[in-house]
Amino acid sequence: MPDPRFKVLTSASTSGPGDAGRTGSWRVERPVIDMSSCIPAKTGKHACHLCWLLCPDNVVSKEIEPAIDLEYCKGCGICAQECPVQAISMVPDADFLEGADSE
Amino acid sequence: MQSATEQIIQIRWHGRGGQGAITAAKVVAEAAFRSGYGGVVMAPTFGTERRGAPVTTSLKISHSKIYDLSPITTPDIVVVLDHMILHEVDVTAGLKPGGWIILNTPRPVEKHLFPGYRTAVADVTRLGVEAGLRKGIVNTGIIGALGRASGLIDIEALADNIAVEFAGRKPDANAMAARLVYDATLMFDNMGGSTDA
Amino acid sequence: MSNPIIESGNVAAAMAVQLARAEVIAAYPITPQTPVTEKLSELIAAGKMDAEYVAVESEHSAMAVCIGAASAGVRAFTATSSNGLLYMSEQLHWAAGARLPIVMCVVNRAIGAPWSVWNDHQDAISQRDTGWIQIFAKDHQEIVDMTLKAFRLAELVHIPVMVNYDGYYLSHTYMPFEPPDAEHVDAFLPAYTYKHALTPERPESLNTVTLPDARLDVDGIKRGGYMDIRHNLHEEMGKSIEVWEEIDQEFQALFGRGGHPVIDPYRCDDADVVIVAMGSMANQFRVVVDRLRQNDGLKVGILALQMYRPFPSAIIAEALQSARHVMVYEKGLSYGNQGALYGDIKSALYPYPARPRLHNFIAGLGGRAIPTESLYQTMKTACEQDLQTPSAQADAPQWIGLQL
Ligand code: SF4
Ligand code: SF4
Repeated sequence: MPDPRFKVLTSASTSGPGDAGRTGSWRVERPVIDMSSCIPAKTGKHACHLCWLLCPDNVVSKEIEPAIDLEYCKGCGICAQECPVQAISMVPDADFLEGADSE
Repeated sequence: MQSATEQIIQIRWHGRGGQGAITAAKVVAEAAFRSGYGGVVMAPTFGTERRGAPVTTSLKISHSKIYDLSPITTPDIVVVLDHMILHEVDVTAGLKPGGWIILNTPRPVEKHLFPGYRTAVADVTRLGVEAGLRKGIVNTGIIGALGRASGLIDIEALADNIAVEFAGRKPDANAMAARLVYDATLMFDNMGGSTDA
Repeated sequence: MSNPIIESGNVAAAMAVQLARAEVIAAYPITPQTPVTEKLSELIAAGKMDAEYVAVESEHSAMAVCIGAASAGVRAFTATSSNGLLYMSEQLHWAAGARLPIVMCVVNRAIGAPWSVWNDHQDAISQRDTGWIQIFAKDHQEIVDMTLKAFRLAELVHIPVMVNYDGYYLSHTYMPFEPPDAEHVDAFLPAYTYKHALTPERPESLNTVTLPDARLDVDGIKRGGYMDIRHNLHEEMGKSIEVWEEIDQEFQALFGRGGHPVIDPYRCDDADVVIVAMGSMANQFRVVVDRLRQNDGLKVGILALQMYRPFPSAIIAEALQSARHVMVYEKGLSYGNQGALYGDIKSALYPYPARPRLHNFIAGLGGRAIPTESLYQTMKTACEQDLQTPSAQADAPQWIGLQL
């Protein structure tokens, strides 16, 4: 073990939302899940959860209806690419902003 | 005034790659160290070594620790493992006046006169076979001639260290070769004075 | 106290690594380092050493394997020389930035081109800015003792350590040394645990893309950005000098040897002229110093530098305060500028009141012989000229023993 007088700063990170900062601000497109095709949502059973497993930022929850933490979702689209039933679509974030404006 | 370098006995070994000069020098280094010389440094030729090509090995012996590791340029003694090397290399290069040339040769000592130096010869190749070694093993035998001429280390100490170094490789025959050569070594002083051998 | 033995410098290094109970050895053979790796692989094959020997296809991979092993909390060792060291250069920076306590012996050899298997210090000097601690041994006893101390240092400060010793002059030369006994070594060098040892229980990503700015991690703890991490490496490298001195004291208490871990001065106390050198050449200078004092009445001393990185600026500058002339002899340089060590010493002296006149000599590149006689003559001439009519500070190095 290091001598207690030494801090030994290294770059080590435990993966989890926010480990690389407020990554939500990087997003151009956001993933939107169609719960009518999503396997766990449709069957009411814990199954699939590939989006939870493969999201590089750990921002998808492992719930019957998977939830995405948009504060940290960087919009990479891996979840949409990997979903076996194409339940996730990538939608331009701008659409949501415009929607907010028109309300 | 004596400086640190002048208290070091410098021995240069001339052999051929694969002939075992390094092992011989190491045995003498061990024997010298066990006999009370606190400083021994043995260094092979720096660089690549090719089997059969002439090579040299340096051995420095001193009563105190040796700090200068530079290769020997002015030896007190040169040991020549095979007299054919005399045709290829000037073994006397840098040899101190009155220094020893220890030579393995089948020829009589009078055939190897080096003005200004002392010579010790023995037919180490033949005596090695007599001791029970394969023909051409000369590195242990010649240690006997070095011991006899230099008087630096007792022949028993040399023979003991040969036996230790050659454990599992005919230790007794190798030690015997050194003893036989010790007894057979002929010495000649060609210092320019009387030439009586 | 164990009995002294006579062996080569490379075998001395391998024995130290065996005593240190290194657990992973990954190395690629290169002259003049080869006998170290051969000896270690023999020891492992014979069951005399409980370690994994990883045969790799290059020095770059050798260091990568050591990085992996050390990251998993395993004591790792490698050795190399010359172009092999340069081939691992990228991984050297990585090992230091990752704060991995790897120990490596560098058997110093010239760098090609042109190809040379002979000794100089350019390999180590060229890697002085990698963040590795660099120490230089002068004889076989120091190779053994420094290698053991290097493991202790690396594991206390979490910075990798390079133990340098001269190719051929030390690696292939035989001399007596005392191998420390295993029991005392175990007491001196306890088992190693890495701060971030990888385990499946606590998954971590190590040294991934690290942003320029500090950040809050998942637990809300502020984590340094690249610059903070590198600043910490620099600071803690500096503090390692003190730890190296403490380790030397512990070693002395157990083994009765040591006492000059950073600089090793010989007859420097009253010296008007102090020579500074590293490695075996510093020991060779002891003979020259004795002769200059005895035959010529010149008050000369030799200061051997044992630790080159971190550079012990204050220790050196203070040791040179009463000298009038400092002669820096070295086997490596910063091409187009001056001797690397010379430049370092000059900058170390800048803040000090006494700034002795400095002289730079380059010697022994690519194995060019360094006859003791020529060291004596150059020193004698330099002393006689400069002590009478001090010449202006001239930075251009003087090359010893040129033949063209
Ligand atoms: S990958 Fe697709 S189907 Fe699977 S849990 Fe995620 S959204 Fe549902
Ligand atoms: S797009 Fe999908 S995979 Fe990418 S960060 Fe967002 S949730 Fe994770």
